[in-house]
Amino acid sequence: MSNVFAQRRQKLLSLKALRGASPTPAHTEETCPACGGTIRRRDLAAGRYVCPLCGHHYPIGAYYRLSLVLDKGTFRELDGSLTSNDPLSFPGYAAKLDAARRRTGMNEGVVTATGRIGGQKAAVGVLDSRFFMGSMSAALGEKVTRLVEYADKNKLPLILFSASGGARMQEGILSLMQMAKTAAALERFSQKGGLYISVLTHPTTGGVTASFASLGDIMLAEPGALIGFAGPRVIEQTIGEKLPEGFQSAEYLLEHGFLDAIVPRPQLRDTLIRLLKLHGKGGSDHAK
Amino acid sequence: MPNELTPAQRVALARHAQRPGTADFIDALFTDFFEQRGDRHCMDDGSILGGVALFHGRPVTVIGHRKGRTLEEHMAYHFGMPSPEGYRKAQRLMLQAEKFSRPIVTFIDTPGAYPGLEAEAHGQGEAIARTLALLSGLTVPVIAVVTGEGGSGGALALGVGNKVLMLENAVYSVLSPEGFAAILWKDSSRSAEACDVMKLTAADLLELGVIDGIIPEPAAGAHAAPQPVYRALDAALVRELAALSKLSPSALAANRYKKFRLMGSKALGKERL
Repeated sequence: MSNVFAQRRQKLLSLKALRGASPTPAHTEETCPACGGTIRRRDLAAGRYVCPLCGHHYPIGAYYRLSLVLDKGTFRELDGSLTSNDPLSFPGYAAKLDAARRRTGMNEGVVTATGRIGGQKAAVGVLDSRFFMGSMSAALGEKVTRLVEYADKNKLPLILFSASGGARMQEGILSLMQMAKTAAALERFSQKGGLYISVLTHPTTGGVTASFASLGDIMLAEPGALIGFAGPRVIEQTIGEKLPEGFQSAEYLLEHGFLDAIVPRPQLRDTLIRLLKLHGKGGSDHAK
Repeated sequence: MPNELTPAQRVALARHAQRPGTADFIDALFTDFFEQRGDRHCMDDGSILGGVALFHGRPVTVIGHRKGRTLEEHMAYHFGMPSPEGYRKAQRLMLQAEKFSRPIVTFIDTPGAYPGLEAEAHGQGEAIARTLALLSGLTVPVIAVVTGEGGSGGALALGVGNKVLMLENAVYSVLSPEGFAAILWKDSSRSAEACDVMKLTAADLLELGVIDGIIPEPAAGAHAAPQPVYRALDAALVRELAALSKLSPSALAANRYKKFRLMGSKALGKERL
């Protein structure tokens, strides 16, 4: 019975996303976690969830992200029903999955879709940190891989927005294997001349960083995003000292040569339009 | 399999100080090994040991994790935890194997990639990702052998093989049992419990389709009597290499793609949207 309500909620949420509505009510004030300033939620939503006082980028949901990036009315979701079936029969996992589905209205931590960006058709995937921290499950790896294969088959440019806490512990080794699966699909796509733009958002860590997120032809990130392989606490324990200010931030990665650019959220769509244009119509050589 | 050990006991055996490491397997199974060092960018990371050797007279590229035997070696090799430079050295050797049409044999034995400040600054994530992608697309036979600890992405980076073999008491997991317990239950002392639910033993992984074969060990572990383990692994490698060598270069790449493409395909369900 509760399933009926969950499905209704999912449907409503996806309709909402299509209209480009903000995922949070706009009637209260909010304290910015970065600068401590008080912001009206209405202003925050109008500014795409970037703090108007300090520029802090709030994490945003996948459907909302897609509504910011895609041309209106062009969103078409792929594999929306795909989910995990608790392959290791891990204690407590099935119930947690169910709760996450109901809470978020999503079946997995990534939404994959096709749509147009400035008129250019593209295959787009967005990880959502509200669903198990965007962690890599077999279903998430499968959806990303199918999206890569879809882009390959239809000669479309591929754009992935990453946000992930790393591996889905409850799926153990099968989570780990998704790193190889997604990397292999991207290698094939790349060998055939496909364009892949990877956008790293807060936070991108662990197995996602060490697989598809790091393999873009173009590497972009949002300001202030935490990006790394090992978590800061693990590193501090290993080296026995405090980490420097700004370690593993997008700005740190840019300085160390792992990003092409840091792009504030309000400029992201225009940047993507420009990049697609720079890579020709299909963004892949077999399209020319 | 004669010995009925708990997963935690196998973890202990996999980490045993006297357990044969990559250098021992190279000595026992190959001849004329020539070690190749350096990533050609800035340094040589000794935690990855690699080079060219002869396997029954045939040139192969060998790459593995190296934990070291002495305290100095442990420190120098971070107990077998590679830095990005190690993975980039591995990539260099993989590309050479492709150039000279040599099969690749890898030996996996690491707690994981090194979680250090410099390792992050030098792109640990990028280095592993690039190694996975490269290895997946090669057109030469690739056989990976998990010999001890197969920990996390740091292990998988050398694990994208057409065939993946595993020693009976080796373990292979998404994270160390301690790290797993710390993340999931915020309590690293529950590692024995983690061992029980993680499905990290060779038998579990064979059942899950993650590995293709198990190399038996004596009851007390490979370190107690390594010779029969070397012989069994040698025979398995001869067999697998002979089978893979019948495939064309493009079929080898396609075979490896398909193998990893199917990983987790039984872990999927459908929910209405």
